[in-house]
Amino acid sequence: MRFTKDHEWVLVEGDTALVGISAYAADALGDVVFVELPEVGKTVNQGDSFAVVESVKAASDVYAPISGEVIAANDELSGSPEIINAAPEGTGWLAKIKLLDAAQVEALMDRDAYEAFLSTL
Amino acid sequence: MSMNAVGRPTRPEDVAETSVEFKSLTGGKGLLQYERLIFEKKDYTRTGVDFADIDIMPSDLGDLVRGDDLGLPGLAEPEAMRHYVRLSQKNHAIDLALYPLGSCTMKHNPRLNEKMARLEGIGDIHPLQPASTVQGALELMDTLAHWLKTLTGMPAVALSPKAGAHGELCGLLAIKAAHEAKGQGHRRTVLVPSSAHGTNPATAAFVGYSVREIAQTADGRVDLADLKSKITDDVAAIMLTNPNTCGLFERDIVDIAKLIHDAGAYFYCDGANFNAIVGRVRPGDLGVDAMHINLHKTFSTPHGGGGPGAGPVVLSEALAAYAPTPWVVSTGNGYALEEFGEEASAANFGRMCAFHGQMGMYVRALTYMLSHGSDGLRQVAEDAVLNANYIKASLQDIMSVPFPDGPCMHEALFDDKWLEGTQVTTLDFAKAMIDEGFHPMTMYFPLVVHGAMLIEPTETESKAELDRFIDTLRALAATALATKNNADEVARFKNAPHLAPTRRLDETKAARQPKLTYG
Repeated sequence: MRFTKDHEWVLVEGDTALVGISAYAADALGDVVFVELPEVGKTVNQGDSFAVVESVKAASDVYAPISGEVIAANDELSGSPEIINAAPEGTGWLAKIKLLDAAQVEALMDRDAYEAFLSTL
Repeated sequence: MSMNAVGRPTRPEDVAETSVEFKSLTGGKGLLQYERLIFEKKDYTRTGVDFADIDIMPSDLGDLVRGDDLGLPGLAEPEAMRHYVRLSQKNHAIDLALYPLGSCTMKHNPRLNEKMARLEGIGDIHPLQPASTVQGALELMDTLAHWLKTLTGMPAVALSPKAGAHGELCGLLAIKAAHEAKGQGHRRTVLVPSSAHGTNPATAAFVGYSVREIAQTADGRVDLADLKSKITDDVAAIMLTNPNTCGLFERDIVDIAKLIHDAGAYFYCDGANFNAIVGRVRPGDLGVDAMHINLHKTFSTPHGGGGPGAGPVVLSEALAAYAPTPWVVSTGNGYALEEFGEEASAANFGRMCAFHGQMGMYVRALTYMLSHGSDGLRQVAEDAVLNANYIKASLQDIMSVPFPDGPCMHEALFDDKWLEGTQVTTLDFAKAMIDEGFHPMTMYFPLVVHGAMLIEPTETESKAELDRFIDTLRALAATALATKNNADEVARFKNAPHLAPTRRLDETKAARQPKLTYG
């Protein structure tokens, strides 16, 4: 699993990748009450806002950690946004993206690097 | 002698309190009455008004005409009166106590304003009356416009927007119209600092623009280097609040305006905090192109359920031609409402609302201006800033301040660093304030400060009232800190408010399972 400085994660499975928000982000947001999922079939560029996670405290844009075509969105979250709090780095994934450029993933932080980054915040 | 034969006790008897917590037999709270919603008063047979039976007139609707009862509860006048008075007792109001909601500017609404707004020639007029019959009202709007332009140093004003966010929309629509008129329609990005009011990015998105966030410096102001790096040729405008939501004056505002103008973009100033600088600083001198003025903040018209808002927008020379209709014009022997902008300017972008805006608020705001005078308005800003700094200075040794250097403007910002090591959160602390008789401050805003507590006393409060507020907060803060060694006191905060009509609400449940209809 790789992470961005904006607290998104990527998990590569073959030529696709699951993306979501980190446990740190889910904890900081508090209880998630609404998720706006990306449209399936849409192509996103790395760094674009592609989803919105809304907690009681605030609505936050989620930036695409990699570029590619959205091939699936986690529709479970529409009815049960609390899954993001329960399992942010597992069943709380947001979307599945067809990879355009595997090198983008390599450039992201691994877990150790991400945790070192978190300790600086 | 004549004897007191009725046996009425005249002093309290000395009976020891029992350890049993007192509960009334009805479950009520004494003279503070429980009140059901109006829909729960299911007596449909009563009425407070005696209507004559009416003949049903023939209708083209045929069998679509509603025949069954409307199901409205019937209330006699005393019941209707009690219903609303009881509801009002569950609410907090500036007429009850200090209302320190930061960035909202909950200041006293002078009774003179209300008296003026109820004058027969003002309260009873209608927007569709011929202009010849409302010359006084038009002159009043013209005078208000003159004051707003003078106080801001701007050449034009659109009076009609109905609140702050509506004013933001008006300003951005004027900016959009100006860009399009100059063939610059490709400019579709708005720069917004990270400490902005949420309405700023929302307005930009509503207009169809995208938002680019600007970082802030360690001292709570716009990061100029970050701003420079984000000014590209697709930038339409910057939206900046000054003083900003951290209660700090943006010292680089003139440089920011120059950077923005040199890049061919416009400077929108969120005027929500104009009350801190009114009479002292003219935004027009700082390079602002458009700014809304919340009449319900700076100029004391009712706020927050107390009345409709009003958010006139002042415009620079560059944007004046795009101001929305209608506007008041002087015809030489009177005033008229220019409805379509045919004569003065055909470049206007249309209308913001059906008529000319919130007349009742114009009356109140102008009354406030005239009763204070220009020197009085200057003192409004001075006293608001002085009061906020008094609170900051009186609390910063016990509560932590994210930006300790230098004075603040009209609001004092604290964070939750001082609560570290306790289980008490900003939310708990704010709710506990209710038990002590004060409305909470603004919490968790601005978003750039962790556990933010934003206190705005306004110029309304006397030193005695500020001292009472400060003493209460100091005592509560000391109790919060003492929870480290006294777990019994944790419940005081976690279960607060104890004495409010409603206890702590489950905001998560309310958001996840909203119940949007009654019944």
